Amino acid sequence: MSRQAHEEESPAAPAGRLMTGAEIFVRSLIAENVEVLFGYPGGATIGVYDALHDISDINHVLTRHEQGATHAAEGYAKATGKPGVVLVTSGPGATNTVTGIADAMMDSIPLVVFTGQVPLRLIGNDAFQEADIVGITRPVTKHNYLVRDVRELAQTIKEAFYIALSGRPGPVLIDLPKDVMAQKTTFDYPGSVTLRNYAPILDGNLRQIRKAAEVINAASRPVLYVGGGAILSNAAPELTALARKLRCPVTTTLHGLGSFPENDPLAMGMLGMHGTWYSNMAVHFCDVLIAVGARFDDRVTGNVDAFAAEAKKIHIDIDPSAISKNVKVDVPIVGDVKRVLAALQDLVNPLETKDWLRTIDAWKDEHPLRYRNGEEIRAQYVIQKLGEITEGNAIVVTDVGQHQMWAAQFFNFAHPRTHITSGGLGTMGFSLPAAMGAVFGRRDLPVISISGDGGFQMNSQEMATIVQHRLPLKIFVINNGFLGMVRQWQELFWRRRYSQVELANPDFVRLAEAYGCTAFRATRTSEVEDVLRKAMAHTDGPVFAEFVVAKEDNVYPMIPAGQTINEMIDTPDPVPGGRNGSGDAIATVEKGKARKVSVHAHVPSNA
Amino acid sequence: MPMSQAMLNTQAPGPADEKVKRHTISILVQNKFGAFNRIAGLFAAKGYNIDSLSVGPTEDEGVSRMTIVARGDDQIIEQITKQLNKLIDIVKVIDLTFESFVDRELVLVKVHSTNDTRPEIMQIAEIFRAKVVDISPKTLTLEATGSQQKVDAIIKMLKPFAIKEMARTGRVALKREFQGEV
Ligand SMILES: Cc1cc2nc3c(=O)[nH]c(=O)nc-3n(C[C@H](O)[C@H](O)[C@H](O)COP(=O)(O)OP(=O)(O)OC[C@H]3O[C@@H](n4cnc5c(N)ncnc54)[C@H](O)[C@@H]3O)c2cc1C
Ligand SMILES: Cc1ncc(C[n+]2csc(CCOP(=O)(O)OP(=O)(O)O)c2C)c(N)n1
Ligand SMILES: [Mg+2]
Repeated sequence: MSRQAHEEESPAAPAGRLMTGAEIFVRSLIAENVEVLFGYPGGATIGVYDALHDISDINHVLTRHEQGATHAAEGYAKATGKPGVVLVTSGPGATNTVTGIADAMMDSIPLVVFTGQVPLRLIGNDAFQEADIVGITRPVTKHNYLVRDVRELAQTIKEAFYIALSGRPGPVLIDLPKDVMAQKTTFDYPGSVTLRNYAPILDGNLRQIRKAAEVINAASRPVLYVGGGAILSNAAPELTALARKLRCPVTTTLHGLGSFPENDPLAMGMLGMHGTWYSNMAVHFCDVLIAVGARFDDRVTGNVDAFAAEAKKIHIDIDPSAISKNVKVDVPIVGDVKRVLAALQDLVNPLETKDWLRTIDAWKDEHPLRYRNGEEIRAQYVIQKLGEITEGNAIVVTDVGQHQMWAAQFFNFAHPRTHITSGGLGTMGFSLPAAMGAVFGRRDLPVISISGDGGFQMNSQEMATIVQHRLPLKIFVINNGFLGMVRQWQELFWRRRYSQVELANPDFVRLAEAYGCTAFRATRTSEVEDVLRKAMAHTDGPVFAEFVVAKEDNVYPMIPAGQTINEMIDTPDPVPGGRNGSGDAIATVEKGKARKVSVHAHVPSNA
Repeated sequence: MPMSQAMLNTQAPGPADEKVKRHTISILVQNKFGAFNRIAGLFAAKGYNIDSLSVGPTEDEGVSRMTIVARGDDQIIEQITKQLNKLIDIVKVIDLTFESFVDRELVLVKVHSTNDTRPEIMQIAEIFRAKVVDISPKTLTLEATGSQQKVDAIIKMLKPFAIKEMARTGRVALKREFQGEV
């Protein structure tokens, strides 16, 4: 491109004259108030990157891998509620985004992903770096587009942002052929979108809401089962108000964590496979189950036929297809959680739940979340201490595995959008880039990435991006020397035949230092609090800490896949003051009771 | 489109389940790039069974009609229609099973014929009001139209003569405006 042509196409030019697709792309993002763009350039997008060169309204973050870019966009979206935006090149650049896109689809995360494509006339020719990314991502996007004419570009971008963010959010991909991005047309960003059959229902049907209120008003053992939809709809205040008015206990899914403060007496923590004993008991024995933006995932229900089998079920969800997909419900309400809960609030009466809450409290006493503390670090202790030090005022981004479940159990989440994890796809390698993305969107709270030693190494290249931007990120690795979650299954269900789960790891502290990051390590329980406090107090850019924990620890309680509470396994560690109180140091965390027995010093087991 | 083949192969006969019913689903879809693939992909990805599928233009030049005959219990059929409704390019989904509708299918059958069997085949054709559209010393090609049952019946009658090749369009259907036959 000649110098003169470059000047002619400068994005500073006024609207109304001809612009290239690349300029229109940039202008459209500015019109959508996109502040951060996560990406990686290549041949098919070189023109687009040229148009970005002089733009200061958009902060382009060069990740070190396109998977990192998509997870970063997911973290940004989850932390802010705004769509995450990604720009990558064709072929391998595009295929590297697939995991992040599939992850966003499963967890209802709004993303707009732009991929470069070979010129239109070469499509289908096995051209250099050609991949049919629209075909590849069709089943894992909410919608996707191939732009075939520059005159469709602005309209397509407008639609993509609208679709990604509205209704049940999800990823939208736009494939941009190189020649289309060089074509010229006038730029006029559309003010509105009209789609023939796409109009998410927000207000619940009033008749259904009345029916739900009737069912609730007749309840004596109600449970609120709250999912990610409550957070997506920013409905935490409405939820809290409803639970307190009804005096109804609340359990959340993994994605619902933070929608209801876990120190509230009505809180029961997470339910499901690794949920608290008492939340699973309460769901089993409840007479009315109010599902709020939760999708009856099999990690939650176990055997669907036995899940809250006796209860009348109310289900509030914005996606009609989520209703009665896995479990048949009695009162479906299609609508936005926030609006439906607000409408319900005035129609329900305070319930007489004293006996019910007393029963649940007894379960809390008999089966608290707990662990035996010793010299060897327990991951549970690291998380619990972190929750105490931050008082829940932090954004915690976890990876996938045992540490993820312990974080869900022991941190005690208090605020919406402070817990970010990959739940539906369960993507190892999610935490580090997603936490990085969260920092770009949120500076009001410290952001903490927690990974296992396995998952950290799946996207550790993003350490370079994090250090380059001097992001105030806390990067914690829970090192048990194993692919712990798989090892646990092999121990419990495959006769302890450990097949390919032991890891030979690098020196994580030196690795972090090589990237230019301050790094600490704790190897005994007595060092944990000090390392955590130093890390949280660190102000100069990112900080890394490795916690070398017990190698063969297990996550409990556990309901084995597809089973019922009859098969629920509680932790073998004794209950403090309980039947076999051995004098060991036992720490417990109970939801809703703020009663904690935390132990700092090592207590020898023969004490 | 090569998709239908792959999908039709997924239809497992399965146990004769009382709850499994055949549904005729009529879909209006915008003629956008990849729209048919989206629908076909949905059936494949979710493992839904399809008996037949037909596509063609409608009175609205931007829209095509797809008629899908699918099998499943109530819950599966409900999911199919809900999932179809989620696709952005889809304009309308109607499960005609709950309506009164007219349906037709067309079949071309090339059947083996000799001087001896030809009159008999012609007679069957006449009974079914089928047309002879091609003839050769060793074959007859018939065209028959009607409900799926009628098409099934003529095929059954022709089978003993040895069917060489056959092409069925799959069912197309429209909702009735008034009750009763015309
Ligand atoms: C190793 C591992 C173990 C796991 N163990 C557990 C476990 O023990 N317990 C557990 O709960 N999960 C567990 N999970 C997570 C699990 O796989 C699911 O991801 C999770 O349970 C789904 O959460 P959800 O039901 O809140 O749905 P989400 O995936 O968060 O979906 C949100 C729902 O809300 C709806 N929605 C969205 N926006 C709105 C709106 N504005 N208004 C109304 N509705 C809306 C959507 O349509 C959707 O149905 C585990 C995951 C992993 C990787
Ligand atoms: C990309 C990917 N590959 C494989 C898995 C299967 N898997 C689930 S948990 C797990 C072990 C994770 O190990 P680590 O990161 O060390 O965490 P830990 O369980 O030890 O806390 C594996 C391999 C997965 N979830 N994601
Ligand atoms: Mg590990």
